[in-house]
Amino acid sequence: MRVTFTVNGRPTEADDVWEGESLLYVLRERVGLPGSKNACEQGECGSCTVYLDGAPVCACLVAAGQVQDRAVGTVEGLADGDTLDPVQQAFVDAGAVQCGFCTPGLLVQTHDLLNRAHHPSDAEIREALSGNLCRCTGYEKIMDAVRLAAARKADARGTAPAGSEG
Amino acid sequence: MEFLRPATWEEALAVKAQHPSAVPIAGGTDVMVELNFDRRRPDALVDLNRIRELHEWRIEDDDTVRLGASVPYARIIEALHDRLPGLSLGARTVGSPQIRNRGSVGGNLGGASPAGDAHPPLLASGATVEAASVRGTRLIPIDDFYLGVKRNALEPDELIRAVHIPSATGPQQFAKIGTRNAMVIAVCSFAVALHPHTRDVRTGIGSAAPTPRRAREAEEFIRAELDESGLWTSGGELPRAAARRFGELVAGAAAPIDDVRGSAAYRRHALAVLARRTLLWTWNDHRATGRAAA
Repeated sequence: MRVTFTVNGRPTEADDVWEGESLLYVLRERVGLPGSKNACEQGECGSCTVYLDGAPVCACLVAAGQVQDRAVGTVEGLADGDTLDPVQQAFVDAGAVQCGFCTPGLLVQTHDLLNRAHHPSDAEIREALSGNLCRCTGYEKIMDAVRLAAARKADARGTAPAGSEG
Repeated sequence: MEFLRPATWEEALAVKAQHPSAVPIAGGTDVMVELNFDRRRPDALVDLNRIRELHEWRIEDDDTVRLGASVPYARIIEALHDRLPGLSLGARTVGSPQIRNRGSVGGNLGGASPAGDAHPPLLASGATVEAASVRGTRLIPIDDFYLGVKRNALEPDELIRAVHIPSATGPQQFAKIGTRNAMVIAVCSFAVALHPHTRDVRTGIGSAAPTPRRAREAEEFIRAELDESGLWTSGGELPRAAARRFGELVAGAAAPIDDVRGSAAYRRHALAVLARRTLLWTWNDHRATGRAAA
């Protein structure tokens, strides 16, 4: 079947899609966007996290046909040309990337968290990232990166952390 | 395989009547795992995502929440935590944020896994499942819905449209055992709801029997205990021994197995602890609210 949807704002068509295929397979193998990673295929690891109509979801658990006429956002859509998103830059600067396999999912999930909560507590960060597994870092550098991204975004907005705000 | 995309509820019922073996897919958090791992090759999938009303909920005149089958757990937590505290607590323990953005109570009911996190709170609340087919609509009491491991009372041509859940009139609790705080299939779980207007206590056991089930003997014991000692009226402290006995009776109502997640003996022990604790939490909540109101 053919599936027509938008990816990162661009109208996209995928042909010869098998009816039982996942959105993740379509993105990686038919649309040429391999940023979303294929690891567990059962929603356990978060490596394939993408936006579907603005909400982060596991692309491996969305049937391709379900995205017909809907909007998908992937890790490839976070940067503005050559300028990395503040979340991406913070992951680089904080050393939050080791093998890099879990990174795309963590970036999308963190991007969503910081859109909803401007000054997340550590508990909120851990909760938001609880569905994203990393087997290299032990998560401490990832926590540093999320705090750094939140602080930089607050600086850019000219607002200081205010504890309960978010 | 066919991918069927009904745009309306009526169309969905017609499609299901024509293709009784078609598998409904909404959030996909269970169905897609089976497809990805070649465990299932249905003739057809029926995508329910396009049917807007399944994503909506409303409060009926009798204060019952009519929850559309596809309302994601994230929305329940956000919008219904005060009306449906037990279900919302259960919803918070489902998978991860990504899963809670897609998974729904309709999917939990359709899958009917004994480990589904929505089941114990639905049992404790006394929910009703609204199932429909081209032949008409049926309201199935939750007590009659679960028939066996991953088997429910739906006919092949039926779809779940909504779940009717009475708004809480007293404290509710849910507790679940797992190896960590997220991404955990319950080793066992337990829900309890106090219904002060009927002086009733209802329960739900998860992941410790072939189906989710109530602990009826425990319910009857604690109802009698509260009645005979006049605690509903006095608002007094619940005796520790009564809470402990309640826990033992809950454990006795389970029929767990040994599996990769835990042993039967551990499940029974854990259930007794969860039941004792959650009963005390709800009773103490009830006393605190009673005093605040008085």
